[in-house]
Amino acid sequence: MKKKKYLYLLGDIVGIAAAFFIFIVPFIFMFMNSIKGRREANLLSIGFPDQALFENYLEVFKSNNYVVLTAFKNSFIITSCAVLLLIITCSMAGYILARRRDKMVGSLNFIILSGLMVPPAIMPTIWLMQGLHIYKTLFGMVMIEAALQIPFTIMLYRGFIATIPVEMEEAGYIDGCTKIKLFTTIIFPLLKPVTATVVILNAVTIFNDFTNPLYFLPGAKNATVQLTLYNFMGQYSSSYNLLFADVIIITVPMLILFIILNKKIVDGMVAGAVKG
Amino acid sequence: MDNKKMYSGWFLVPALTIFTLFFIVPMVVSLFFSMTVWNFTDFKFVGLDNFKMFFTEKSLNISIKNTLIYAVLTCGLKVVLGILIAVFLTSAIKTKNILRSIVFFPNLVSTIAVGITFSALMHPSKGLFNKVLENIGVPAIDWLGNIQIALFSVVGTDVWKGVGVATVIYIAGIQSIDKTFYEAASIDGANSWKQFLNITLPLCRPAMNSVIILAFIGGMRTFDLIWAMTGGGPGFATDVVASIVYKQYAAGFYGLSTAGNVVMFILIAVFAFPLQRYLLSKEVN
Repeated sequence: MKKKKYLYLLGDIVGIAAAFFIFIVPFIFMFMNSIKGRREANLLSIGFPDQALFENYLEVFKSNNYVVLTAFKNSFIITSCAVLLLIITCSMAGYILARRRDKMVGSLNFIILSGLMVPPAIMPTIWLMQGLHIYKTLFGMVMIEAALQIPFTIMLYRGFIATIPVEMEEAGYIDGCTKIKLFTTIIFPLLKPVTATVVILNAVTIFNDFTNPLYFLPGAKNATVQLTLYNFMGQYSSSYNLLFADVIIITVPMLILFIILNKKIVDGMVAGAVKG
Repeated sequence: MDNKKMYSGWFLVPALTIFTLFFIVPMVVSLFFSMTVWNFTDFKFVGLDNFKMFFTEKSLNISIKNTLIYAVLTCGLKVVLGILIAVFLTSAIKTKNILRSIVFFPNLVSTIAVGITFSALMHPSKGLFNKVLENIGVPAIDWLGNIQIALFSVVGTDVWKGVGVATVIYIAGIQSIDKTFYEAASIDGANSWKQFLNITLPLCRPAMNSVIILAFIGGMRTFDLIWAMTGGGPGFATDVVASIVYKQYAAGFYGLSTAGNVVMFILIAVFAFPLQRYLLSKEVN
């Protein structure tokens, strides 16, 4: 028994050491270089700075006429609007798909499954958005982000609703409750746990999305957080301190979110993955 | 109870409208425009020329090979490393909760940020990786500049970022296994390795299938990490189909770019769909 205890202690030590070198060191590297002077940061070493320069962060915020702040505002608008839209539309759709039993539901389920796998067709989407005059607009971006997350979100809602017993709805229906009221007053309040998952997973995905804004939201005034970072890559290729300051500015909100919602995020990811 | 009456089809309309308009319609339209030379306003029908070009031009068809290598390698590594880490983190060690968080966190970090950081770490002369190699007497490696190595460097970074998801899925799978199996096995004298092979592995099958599908499709569709780290270079050594779609778009060849998109659909249909079918059919038995 004692031997086993030592073995676990050894496991702890090895585990922490491995986690430190593999997973923590890159973050230390980001942070150290974000508070160095330009020359020092360009050496790309992981050592402590001669002098901690937190002004780098201020400089990043100020650069290009406060583009980072605009980017955070845009990303926030896109993320919150798209998530709200997803909650409303997909909870309704998931409800019907979980309850109804007919041919249409079967084919819709197939379409949703395909939607989880197939990537979006980029050029025709731009063409379509231009036709609708919503290319390069935040509204258009919200629609795209929502559309791309609809299959996954419907799947989460459908799976959760399938576990709710139908008796309550039937009682409500017999008592003359309208279909809309049935949903808003009986079903939707029961969906809080899965809605929390939907919010967290979609918010992280949409906030971190780089590819779709790159295609559908080009232009300086439409910067999103990820696009700004990408543009800084070109602009600050010789000032790694500022580049890493921006990396840290983008990483810290996620770190805070993760510290607060650790269990919810992990459980949500697992639930989402396993049901897919 | 009248099922159809109670669950109105109208509830499906908002979600389906958005999904159809912004996903299905472009997808269907792409089948046509992939056979054109196109500048959004005018188009000229050219039949299968774009596809012919895609499959014969070396700078384009290398992307198909790279996409498959990338998907298979990232998927394989995540499947194997994920279960090893998960078994380790479900053992009786004390620090397992904090270690789980550490392994998972990179998944939440922006891909571009990860790309920038690892490009710096992999810098040929100044990067930390080569400094470490130098200290143990191994010659420096040009991680992202060597045609033979660059794709694997990006694969490694992808696994670093994504193995946490695989791990937590496995952990959930392992935790749902009935503990009495292990007790019975140890009474029968099975060692830990035998227990892993005969209990953990088969009973983790559904979790493993999720990891395989998720990682494989993610690998097939990958773009942002490659774009942030190598931009498809050196030469075309790390170009994948998704980066070709972007390059052709940036160069103004919209028809060819659309054809690239259709090639991606075909790859998913040929590889990912049957893979999922196969895994699900095994699960039922």
